[in-house]
Amino acid sequence: MNDKIIETEKLLKEYPMGHAVLKALNNVSLSFDYGEFAGVVGPSGSGKTTFLNIAGTLDSPTSGLCRVLGQNIESLSSRNAAELRTKSIGFIFQTFNLLPAYTVFENIEFPLLLLKIGKDERKKMVADALKWVGLSDRSDSFPKDLSGGECQRVAIARAVVKKPKLILADEPTANLDAENSHNIMRTMRNLNKELGITFIFATHDEKVMRYLKRKITLVDGKVDNDQITEESDKGEKL
Amino acid sequence: MIIPVFAIKNTFRAGIKSWLNAFVLSLSIVSIIWLQGLYKGMYDQGTRAMIDAELGGGQYWVEGYDPYDPFSIEDSHGKITHVLSEMIKEKSAACILIARGMLYKQGRMYSILIKGIDPEQEILSIPSGILKEKNNGIIPALIGTRMAKNSGLKKGDIFTVQWKDSKGVFDAMNFQVSEVMKTTVQNIDNNQIWISLNTMQKIFNMHSEATIVTIKKDIKPVNAGLNWEFKNLDFLLQDMKTLVQAKTAGASILYIILIFLAMIAVFDTQTLSIFKRKKEISTLIAMGMTKNKVIALFTLEGMAYDILAVIIAAIYGVPLLIFTAVKGWKMPAGTDTYGFALGDVLYPVYSLNLVFWTLLFVFILTAIVSYVPSRKIAKIEPAKILRGSTF
Ligand SMILES: Nc1ncnc2c1ncn2[C@@H]1O[C@H](COP(=O)(O)OP(=O)(O)O)[C@@H](O)[C@H]1O
Ligand SMILES: [Mg+2]
Repeated sequence: MNDKIIETEKLLKEYPMGHAVLKALNNVSLSFDYGEFAGVVGPSGSGKTTFLNIAGTLDSPTSGLCRVLGQNIESLSSRNAAELRTKSIGFIFQTFNLLPAYTVFENIEFPLLLLKIGKDERKKMVADALKWVGLSDRSDSFPKDLSGGECQRVAIARAVVKKPKLILADEPTANLDAENSHNIMRTMRNLNKELGITFIFATHDEKVMRYLKRKITLVDGKVDNDQITEESDKGEKL
Repeated sequence: MIIPVFAIKNTFRAGIKSWLNAFVLSLSIVSIIWLQGLYKGMYDQGTRAMIDAELGGGQYWVEGYDPYDPFSIEDSHGKITHVLSEMIKEKSAACILIARGMLYKQGRMYSILIKGIDPEQEILSIPSGILKEKNNGIIPALIGTRMAKNSGLKKGDIFTVQWKDSKGVFDAMNFQVSEVMKTTVQNIDNNQIWISLNTMQKIFNMHSEATIVTIKKDIKPVNAGLNWEFKNLDFLLQDMKTLVQAKTAGASILYIILIFLAMIAVFDTQTLSIFKRKKEISTLIAMGMTKNKVIALFTLEGMAYDILAVIIAAIYGVPLLIFTAVKGWKMPAGTDTYGFALGDVLYPVYSLNLVFWTLLFVFILTAIVSYVPSRKIAKIEPAKILRGSTF
């Protein structure tokens, strides 16, 4: 058995760049425990997104090992990877990526439909998720009628509604103002505490970093620093 | 199944573009049903008229008779066999004698057919009763409206007809137009006059002879003996069928163009939609849908136009189709050139079968033009799309 939610060994991701190759991830060996509230930080182009995509089974490494939720992602068929994502992984994106034709309720309900959860239970779960993000009154709105902050809260609700083991959030605050950024970080921090969901961020936003309990700094695809932040709750008081 | 529900939502909520595509689709559906129904009606109506006035339940032809060979008509007559004369007596058959002649009117000469029919017959809807002679020296003749128009003959006119009898002797006689019958069936109208069978047999020296024996509708043909061959309705209506099929094929150009436009519209929308919604597609994959499911979703989105199209088609198509079926379709003047029996007003016939096959045909085509662009989804790399601008 494996007690790590993510475990990588000598992870390498190369992209061809003309005659040379670009090492987006270079020898990354990292592991995350269940329940962590951690972030991969570093300047733009340092490989954060690449790492998250591989951990989320959306991309595969050039070489090296990556185990997610006890599964070696290299050996997963695309169908099994899809099943793993459906059951255990939630994504939050910089651009929210809500489904424009669906209402807030329907957007949040979507992952539950993929899980074939019954109607009554779905209703209850969506209502809970809406409560967690404080949007119970916007259930019937369409994404185009929401502010950026509201959209991202819907996206968070959509990611957490199925209570996945792991949520991967790539620059979730990049399109938000300071107030909304703090707002959603507090929400996610609470969900991490209350539901035990593991959150892993990719960010270069100082505001986000203040909430992280652990910061892994990538520079040019290499782990430069991996530190536990004691005063991770500091941001909440600001 | 959740995918069809998503698909319908996506398409129904996509706004004006969806409705436009669906409208073009509905036009092709309605026009296919309408045109096919119109030609079905044309065939049914023409067939019915021909059965009533000309064909009955089928015809016995005397050996050698060929309606398309005017020269063989001279020899196309033969003794009515016992079996046939029994049927005629029982009023389950009527015989017709056909010969060639020349019609003279105001110094002009027309080659015509002379047809003898029993005034008492009840098999065909020809008003043969008026051909009964009244011993006033006038021999009544019956002509159709086309014949009247082409020859200039009117009711009451007297005209001369010359012919060669069975022994090859020329003879001539005067007839009076006692009636101009209105009929849609050209075969009993064009270039011909009808006279009483008895008179004709006498003047042509063809006693108890006939060319055609038409039996009553729904009567089983029997072996009529030597020289007489039975032609069933399938055979007799073959020309009509071929003609209507040719007309239908000609008219189908209209809906082939419409359906082509509709399919291009759907194909175009789907291609554009996949291109514009790469991020949405990648998000669906990130949330755990397999690519095949997303391909199914987009294919069904294209097919959801069918549902919209059926709704739109029902809104304007059903009243339109019912209206034309009840009120009929007024044929433009000069439709005689169609070459077969046609009323002034055509009543289209729409069957459930027709609707079913039309819809199935359109659905299959939409499925194809929706599926083909959707296959591109397999090539999308969600990791690449989702990293977005911060590449
Ligand atoms: N599909 C790709 N092809 C080529 N280079 C890529 C591709 N994806 C990412 N890269 C490169 O990999 C590096 C890491 O990218 P990324 O993981 O997005 O960094 P970050 O998220 O930290 O900004 C960057 O230099 C980027 O240009
Ligand atoms: Mg990034």
